[in-house]
This record gives sequence, C-alpha cells and structure tokens, in this order.
Amino acid sequence: MKKELRLTVNGQPYELYIKPKTLLVEALRDQLGLTGTKRGCNESACGACTVILNGMAVKSCSILALQADGGEVLTVEGLARGTELHPLQKAFLDYGAFQCGFCTPGMLMSATALLDENPKPTKEQIKEGIDGNICRCTGYNSIIRAVTAVVKGEYKEEK
Amino acid sequence: MSKYSVIGQRVHRVDGPEKVTGGAKYTFDLVLPNMLYGKILRSPHPHAKILKIDTSKAEKLIGVKAVVTGKDTLGRKQGIWRRFPELCDEEILCREKVRYIGDPVAAVAAIDEDTAEEALDLIEVEYEPLPAVFDPLEAIKEDAPQIHEGVELNINVTRHIEWGDVDEAFKKCDHIREDQFKCSSQAHVCMETHDAVASFGYDGKLTVWTSTQSSYYIQRLLADMTGLRESDIRVIKPPTGGGFGSKFELDSAQFCASVLSMKLCKPVKIVLTREEEFTATKRRTPMYYYVKLGAKKDGTLLAKETRVITEGGAYTAMGATALYLTGFFSSFPYKYPNYRYDGYRVYTNTAPTSAMRGFGAPQSTFVGESQLDMMAEDLGIDPIEIRRKNGMTPNYEVPGQAYIQSCGLHQCLDKIEEHIKERGKLPPNRGIGIAAYGFMSGGIFNWFDTPYAFSAAIVRINIDGKVDLFTGACDIGQGSDTTLSMICAEELGVRLEDIRVHSGDTGICPADLGAWGSRETLMNGNAVKMAAADAKRQIMEFAAAKLGANIVYDMDIKDRWIHFVDRPERGVSYFDIVKEAIRGKDGEVIIGRGHYTPHRKGMISPAYSFGAQAAEVAVDTETGRYKLVNVTTAHESGTVINPVGIEGQLEGAIMMAGGYGFCEDQPMDEGKILNPSIADYKLIRSLDMPETKILEIDTYEPEGPFGAKEAGEGLTNPTAGAIANAVYKAVGVRINDLPITPEKVLRALKEKKKKIK
Repeated sequence: MKKELRLTVNGQPYELYIKPKTLLVEALRDQLGLTGTKRGCNESACGACTVILNGMAVKSCSILALQADGGEVLTVEGLARGTELHPLQKAFLDYGAFQCGFCTPGMLMSATALLDENPKPTKEQIKEGIDGNICRCTGYNSIIRAVTAVVKGEYKEEK
Repeated sequence: MSKYSVIGQRVHRVDGPEKVTGGAKYTFDLVLPNMLYGKILRSPHPHAKILKIDTSKAEKLIGVKAVVTGKDTLGRKQGIWRRFPELCDEEILCREKVRYIGDPVAAVAAIDEDTAEEALDLIEVEYEPLPAVFDPLEAIKEDAPQIHEGVELNINVTRHIEWGDVDEAFKKCDHIREDQFKCSSQAHVCMETHDAVASFGYDGKLTVWTSTQSSYYIQRLLADMTGLRESDIRVIKPPTGGGFGSKFELDSAQFCASVLSMKLCKPVKIVLTREEEFTATKRRTPMYYYVKLGAKKDGTLLAKETRVITEGGAYTAMGATALYLTGFFSSFPYKYPNYRYDGYRVYTNTAPTSAMRGFGAPQSTFVGESQLDMMAEDLGIDPIEIRRKNGMTPNYEVPGQAYIQSCGLHQCLDKIEEHIKERGKLPPNRGIGIAAYGFMSGGIFNWFDTPYAFSAAIVRINIDGKVDLFTGACDIGQGSDTTLSMICAEELGVRLEDIRVHSGDTGICPADLGAWGSRETLMNGNAVKMAAADAKRQIMEFAAAKLGANIVYDMDIKDRWIHFVDRPERGVSYFDIVKEAIRGKDGEVIIGRGHYTPHRKGMISPAYSFGAQAAEVAVDTETGRYKLVNVTTAHESGTVINPVGIEGQLEGAIMMAGGYGFCEDQPMDEGKILNPSIADYKLIRSLDMPETKILEIDTYEPEGPFGAKEAGEGLTNPTAGAIANAVYKAVGVRINDLPITPEKVLRALKEKKKKIK
C-alpha cells in the first residue's frame, strides 16, 4: 500500500506516492532522480548519503522517506545558486578536496550543516563535523583546509 | 619563471565541477529504459561440492525475468594471467565446486532489487560440504584438503629471485638477524562498490558501463568468457568511485550482469552490497615473512634472504604479481650485493587475495624497514645513517633485474633528518619512526598477453582549436584525466581548458592497460605527449609556411601563440593556424597518434620513485592506545605535473597505509570474514587522521613525460613500517604482526615489564 509524501527538496515542493518502507535516500535518488546523493553502506556508517533535513545533517539511508513528510531537504544539487557555486564547492575545487568524488556530496552536506550551525568552527570542530563521513581517497586534510578557507572568508557568498 | 605554462600549476580537476555539484554520473547512478536489476547468490560454505541447483521456484516468482547458473555460461575459467592457462582458475559462476564463502553460484534478474533479492531465497542449492583449510601454513601440508584439482600442496605459484652469492656473503657478515613477520589483509573499501550495467542487444553487441580500473581488461576478459568478439563488446567507464587495486579484474557484477543481459536482450544492473564488497571481492594479500639480514659492523648490508608464504585465497587473481613484487621490493630501496627470495602463494578456502595499492610492497616495506631498524640498533648505528649508507643512488642496476635512472632517495633522507631535528626533544612515550621506500612507475609485465601497446592516445584538433584527447587510461579518482590533459596542453602549447578528455571507453579510445601499478602518468603520459607532438608537428607545417620561416629558425607554441623561439613576439594565433590547416588538409581534422611500451628497461618497470617518511606517535602506556600525531613524507616523483594531485595522493595514501599499520584488519573464523561492514571495519576517520607534511624533492626522470614518474602507490609503502618503528622508539616494544593494535602494544608492554622484573 503506497502512502503520500509531501516534501520540499532544494526549494521545490513534491508530492510522491511511495511504499512505506522507502528510505529517504531511495526517494531522492530513485523517485526524484537526484543521484548526487550517494549510498555507500546502507547502515549510516559511511556518510555518503548525507543530506540536510530541516537544517540538520542526516544520513538519508537511516530514515524513512515518510519521516521527512512535510520537511525541507537540501541535497548537493541544491547547493549552487544557478551557475554560481556555493563557497564550499569553490573551496573543494581550489583545495583538491576530493578525488573519486563519491563521498563528496555527503561531505559537502556535512560541512554545510556544520557551517550553518557554527560559522566559525575550530579545526577540531571541523574534524568532528565530518567524522561521520568516510573518504577513502583524500585523507581528509585537504577537506579540512577547504572548509577552513571558507571559515576564514576566502570565499564570499553573493547574496 | 617555470619553463612550463601548464605543468606544475595548481589547477582545478577537469572532472571537478561535476563532482562537487552532484552532476557526475557513476555506474551506480545509471538507469536505462527497460532496465532490470540483478542479484547474486553466493556460497555459504568455504569449500563444498555443488550437487544440485534448483532455480524453478525462483523463476516462477512474479517479476523475475531470468535465473542463471554456471550451466548458462560457456563453462570457462578466467584469470588475468592469460598467458598462463593453469592460472586462469576462476569460473565466477561456479559449476561443480565452491571454494570460499562468497563464491557465486547463481544470479537473478528481476524488475527491481527487492524482487531479485526475494528470488535468491527461492533458489535451492544442494551442497556437499568438503573439509576446508584457511591458513596457508596448514594448506601447504601433505594431508590438507586439495582446493584445485591437480594442484599439489595447494601451491598456486612460486617465485624465485636471486643475485650474488647469498650463502657465501652471510659467512662474511659481522652480524646476522633472523626475524619473522606477519602482514595482515586489508579491504580496499572503495566508496562505490563494484557495479555494472550490461546491455546486450538483438544486434549481438554488448555494452557494459562499469566502475573499473581497466576498461580494456574487462572488454577482453568478457570476450574470453562470453565467446563474443572483443570488438563487439564496448566497456565504458563512467566516473568511478575508487579502485585501489580492486577493480581491474573481471568481477561478479560485470560477468553476471552480462550473462543475464545476453539471455534477455535487456539491460541488467548489478550493484554489489557493502557486505558483498567486503566478503566477495578481492583483498590485500596476507603474508608470512621470514627474513635473514647480514651486515658488516659499519652497517654495510651484505646479504638478505627472504622467504614468504602468502595466503592466496580461493583463486589466483592478481596474487601472482603481488607474490613477485613483494619479493622484488623486499630488496628496496637498498643496494644488496647478494639477495635471494623464495615466495610461495598457497590456495586457501578464503576470499581471494590480490592487488591492493602498493601491490606487495607495503608488506615488504613494513618487514624490511622494521628489521633494518633492529639491525641499526644492534650495530649502534643511527637509522637514517644505515639507510644512507646502503640506499640506492641514480643510475644503479639491481643485478639482473632492473635499471634505476633517477633516484632522489638521499635527498629524501636528508629532508627527513632535518624534519626530525626540527621536532626537537619529544615528551615521554612519544617517538618518531622512519621508513624509506621505492616503487615502480608501471610494470613491464605482459601476463595479460595483450598484443597492443601498453598505452596509447589520440589527439584530435577541431576547427575551433578545441582538442579532443582520447585515451584508454582510467581515471578512478586518482586524477589521470587531469594529469593527462595537462601533459597534452603543455605539449601542444594550449591551455588546459582547450582540452576535452575522453577516457576509459573501449568504443572510442585506444587500448590501455589501465590504472594499476602506478603506470598512467609515465606510460600513458608518454603516449599522450607523443600524440600531442604528432598533432603539433602537423600544425607547425602550416605555421612555418604561413610565416615564411627561414628553416634554421625554431618555432614553438606557448599559450596558443605560435612563434619563433628566439623572437617570441613574431608569431600567429594557434586558432587561426588550426582553421587554415584544416582547410588546407581538404577539411580533414588534425589527428595525432601516440603510444608507449617500455623497451630495454629491465624486467620490472621503466622508472622508480623513492621516498622517506617519518611517523610520530604518542603512546598511552596504560591502554596501549596510540595516536598518530604527524606523518611527514619526502617523496620524489620526478617532475611534478599536477601538484594538487600529488598532495591528494600523498595524504590519501597516509589514510590507507596508516590504516594498514594502525587499525584495518579482516579477522576470520573458519573462512568467514567477521567484520563485513563499514561500522565494524575500522578505518581512519577525520579525527584519527594525523597532521601531514610534504617535503618537496626535485628530481627528473629521463624516461617519463617532462621528467615525471609515479606518485600513487609508492606512497602506501612506508607508513606501516614507520609506525612500527615509531612505537618502538616511543615505548620500546616491537610489534612484528600487522596491524599494530592497542591490544598488541599493551601485551608487549606487559611482557617487557615482566622481563625487567
């Protein structure tokens, strides 16, 4: 029996009919075609599926889509404004903060949630903010440098 | 000012904008019209005969479109060592026997993953369990169960390397050490699991999109296994979520998706689960090491003897190469006048072991660098000094094996020594350990039996001056698309944004062996440089005519400006000449071709990178826990083409190699891997990651494009050994088996206390 789900993703409202057991990550990827959000483990251990739900970073494989009913979701596809990249995206490019790129969407969302909550995190707080996200390529330090650069104001977001 | 305009610049990766916006479409993301989803049934037994497989119930499940078993295949065995049929031992879909927990026995295609999963439960397989053996030291015994028919003592491959007179040399040594070590397994943990979308049409052609390190290998191996013509198979590598050695052999997702698609003439997608990724793909080769090392009082190393038994797992895979390379790199990076290696790869009823970043060298470097520190302590010599005394130098021949041209090992050791001095006196229970290492820039091996050049590239210059670069090199995240585009732009004299790279698609790119053995920068880089030079020469013919150049003048292109080298202001726009050249060639676009196969470079590799690393640890003697405080590396890789890329390789290697030394392990019980999930498999996360420092070393490799050589795998070699040496420096305990866990440190500390009492 399918259920109705209303949610807003990257500013766009959607109405979906889904099986109750559908995970949020499945709704985003399979129903809405937002494949930027990845799945690496399905047990909320790798962080590749991280999105922002109602202002909080969540692992979208760990909640049912119906739990997000009425909520607002931000995925990696919603970070840029038109063709203008988000400061974190620019910093990731400049600092080479990704390689294979599979963890990158989740990493960007964790970092975005961190900076939304605390615009001036310390290095240790940045490390804590991305500790739930595994990156097998970079060794994290370039990611920490990129986030630090944004914190220091190297990238001004155009309002 | 640099003589280069693109090389050495800090550039954005060419695949960057798509990757930071979620736009990059991996195999994992692909959906084709009419596509079905596949799942694979795997053996729950480590060793068993298959008596019967009944698929009838599964086939009747609504939504199931096909169920295949070994009977639906040609019944061939495959392996990447194609020149040696006896080493092609893996059916993928087993017909008569399973040899490890995870061996595939059937595959299902259904309208969705849930239905396919449900169908797996309906397949009835009758097994007759056989006695199994898990440890190579047991498997090599007379009465051990035989895993492959006709393979005595389960010995899969043996390798012998020798030069000098080892026995005679040991007689001349003042001091000899004999030690044993155990090197553990390690999982690659690519963030994108193995996956494939296979689409076979009524036209008899198969297209496979897959996450791979070598589209060409997969194309050829699929041809072997399906009976299709090689060129009727097109393998396309979309952006790939990591490889690290796990993705250049034909895997179960690729093969089963292809078999199912060929049966149905519909696209079939298979994505391995994370559990399958841990239990049923390949992994780093565990090794038992015995090493005997002899030296003179002054620290001169006279002889080394190494004997290794590796846990092969159920199939050969790339394990035969790991067996060879661990033996060769066990002599690195030192000038042993006398050296002997005997390696045995033994089949076991465990998941097959194979290539993983460093390819046998992280094991040999952990062993060699640990033992060298012990030797230095026995002789009362500083660890840096003993490495300096015996370290390789430029233009050194490893007797009968390899010829080393560029070698910056001594500069690396100097820099690491400076770094250690700068750290000053350390607090108690803190120590810095070092390790020196070297690695190859691609292998000169052709066990695959390719008739093609090892690397090739095509450069096409279009009417608007945009350059299409076609290469079989596979960017799996390491950044070869960017590095090769930089080489192409530099050679042609245009900007990076003028290049559009098309890679890893066998339908349009020339064959390349792929991304393994740290080969792309040197081998494919040489091919790209040659192709770009070929295209450039064609442009220059028109430019010289246009400018009416005196033939004694040299001309060049820099930053899209074709000019006289001695009078750079005199010239003409690259774009104008391209237009005229194409018009002048009767409308034919300009095409440059390049290829590279190493010749007369010994038996291993055309070039070698070198380095030294210092790891600093702080040990808590109450718990045995320790923190990786800092890892500083002096790595020389010749000319640096892509500095951002090298930094990423270096820091990333520390996460992976540090993990190998520090925490990563795959404990097993009766052949069953006990931690097949990311929650249970401990990796270094951001909070455990040490500070990383890179010390720049300047060298030039004559064989490499613009003087470049590898910077990928070599970096995974030193860290485990450096950690072992650091723990010893910090608290005086020596751990000879990986990983160096708090439990082992604590146990050793307790034993040490007992001895003192």
